[in-house]
Amino acid sequence: MAEILVLVDHVDGSVKKTALELLTLARSLGEPSAVFVGGGIDSAAATLAEYGAVNIYVADDAALTGHVVAPKAELLAQLVAEKSPAAVLITSSAEGKEIAGRLAVKAGSGVITDAVAVSADLVATQSIFGGSTIVQSKVTTGTPVITVRPNSTAPEAAPAAGARSDVSVALSPVATAAKIVDRVEEAKGARPELSEAAVVVSGGRGVGGPEGFEVIEKLADSLGAAVGASRAATDAGWYPHQYQVGQTGKTVSPQLYIANGISGAIQHRAGMQTSKTIIVVNKDPEAPIFELADYGVVGDLFEVVPQLTDEIGKRKA
Amino acid sequence: MKIVVCVKQVPDTWSEKKLDPTTKTLDRDSVDGVMNELDEYAVEEALKIAEATSGEVTVLSMGPAQSTETIRKALSMGADAGIHILDDGLAGSDAIATSLAISKVLEGRGADLIIFGSESTDARMSVIPAMVAERLGVAQLTFANKVEAPGDGSVKIHRLTDYGYDVVEASTPAVISVVEKINEPRYPSFKGIMAAKKKPVETITLADAGIEAATVGLGAAWSEVAEFAAAPARAAGTIVTDEGNGGVKIADYLSEQKFI
Repeated sequence: MAEILVLVDHVDGSVKKTALELLTLARSLGEPSAVFVGGGIDSAAATLAEYGAVNIYVADDAALTGHVVAPKAELLAQLVAEKSPAAVLITSSAEGKEIAGRLAVKAGSGVITDAVAVSADLVATQSIFGGSTIVQSKVTTGTPVITVRPNSTAPEAAPAAGARSDVSVALSPVATAAKIVDRVEEAKGARPELSEAAVVVSGGRGVGGPEGFEVIEKLADSLGAAVGASRAATDAGWYPHQYQVGQTGKTVSPQLYIANGISGAIQHRAGMQTSKTIIVVNKDPEAPIFELADYGVVGDLFEVVPQLTDEIGKRKA
Repeated sequence: MKIVVCVKQVPDTWSEKKLDPTTKTLDRDSVDGVMNELDEYAVEEALKIAEATSGEVTVLSMGPAQSTETIRKALSMGADAGIHILDDGLAGSDAIATSLAISKVLEGRGADLIIFGSESTDARMSVIPAMVAERLGVAQLTFANKVEAPGDGSVKIHRLTDYGYDVVEASTPAVISVVEKINEPRYPSFKGIMAAKKKPVETITLADAGIEAATVGLGAAWSEVAEFAAAPARAAGTIVTDEGNGGVKIADYLSEQKFI
């Protein structure tokens, strides 16, 4: 079976769910090989094997993680040349897409970003124009480089050999031109990463102010969800800009999206329309967001949302 | 400091975008064009750096004839000159070909900084800045929400990440992309709009830039749209009016769907 390279997302060896999703998807396309960059393989290897990695290529070199994007693209280009895989899968994050772009140029390959599905013959499904159009695309030149949105595949274990081999790469001077001199972590608490979360609870203009987001956060915490915000809310300064869901913010595609006090302007819909299940709470029955709702309540979010949070607490107890 | 800011004319967010059934590329004739919103931040950042370092700003755009509107907008904000890569042979170019054409035109122009918006609101791939950095062999400083370029050959940014930000340093020349909210883009003044009419805009064809026609355009794309269709309408959901038990009703639905 053809080899499929999967670039593993992890934090110091703690493997992210997105990597398990890609390994699961890769199994339907060929034989998955995990590419693990950085330290922590001893804690990651068992998980990668459990989710189907036949090979694990380990590149633990500080130069690979100490510079912006380019070194990872060089490493992958080297592996593409050596292994001739059938495709390379990368998570569709900001950095993942940049790695894919540079890899495509280096390897002479076509690139597809933001796939929500990939079929066995490597046809990728994308949702474009704010979710209004579905396209089927295929790379026609070189080794297909495809970035896949988080939550596109449900991770399923399927143990494989997970044979480890170390890979070294001689980086070009260009690859180390942008040096990371400091990493600054901003407190975000225990909530999951917005673009990867399985459940997202978001608030918009109807939340009314920064203090209103407490209600949104409580509901999010009851579900182990990430918090999002519409542009109206972030522009008003009620919630930090990095939580903005929409065309100029993050694109999310969770299993469950709960929109509270959000009207559903195209700006916002472009960032959440591919969510699997959508719940809406809004006091305006004419709000266009109701068109997307699987279940909607016309009502005051300050009454409905706390009641929902309490009820979830009771049912989980 | 010589700064080139790359901008794209895109369909207005509010307009209905469609794919052309023949070429399966965006039908740009049927919609109103505007400057890509995120590029306004790139233009503003370029102008701020140029003002602080007595630099000059050239605005570059690749696209059909109407892209001159977007170039003029950047000029009216304060950019000094424009470059328009204009050739029918470019129509339908994918990101690979677009980055090639932009890089070819930038080669030999001696730009210290090349600044982009972090994505276009139409294609939303967010890969062109990284690809141009790759092709030009210069530092990639992308997703910046802070840029320090004092004009001494050094440049430092804050690169937004999932966990916060990375502080990244490099020497010029460098490719930068900026995120929304890095600054407050200025509005063109009346004086700026009048002055923009007299500013030079160089039009460059494929032949002028030494780009082989076979390497760009729809025919040269390394990926293709096999088919497309309108997204299936979401099945109409259940909408209820809150009668004091709206929260409980949502909880019931979430239980049914096995979310709780």
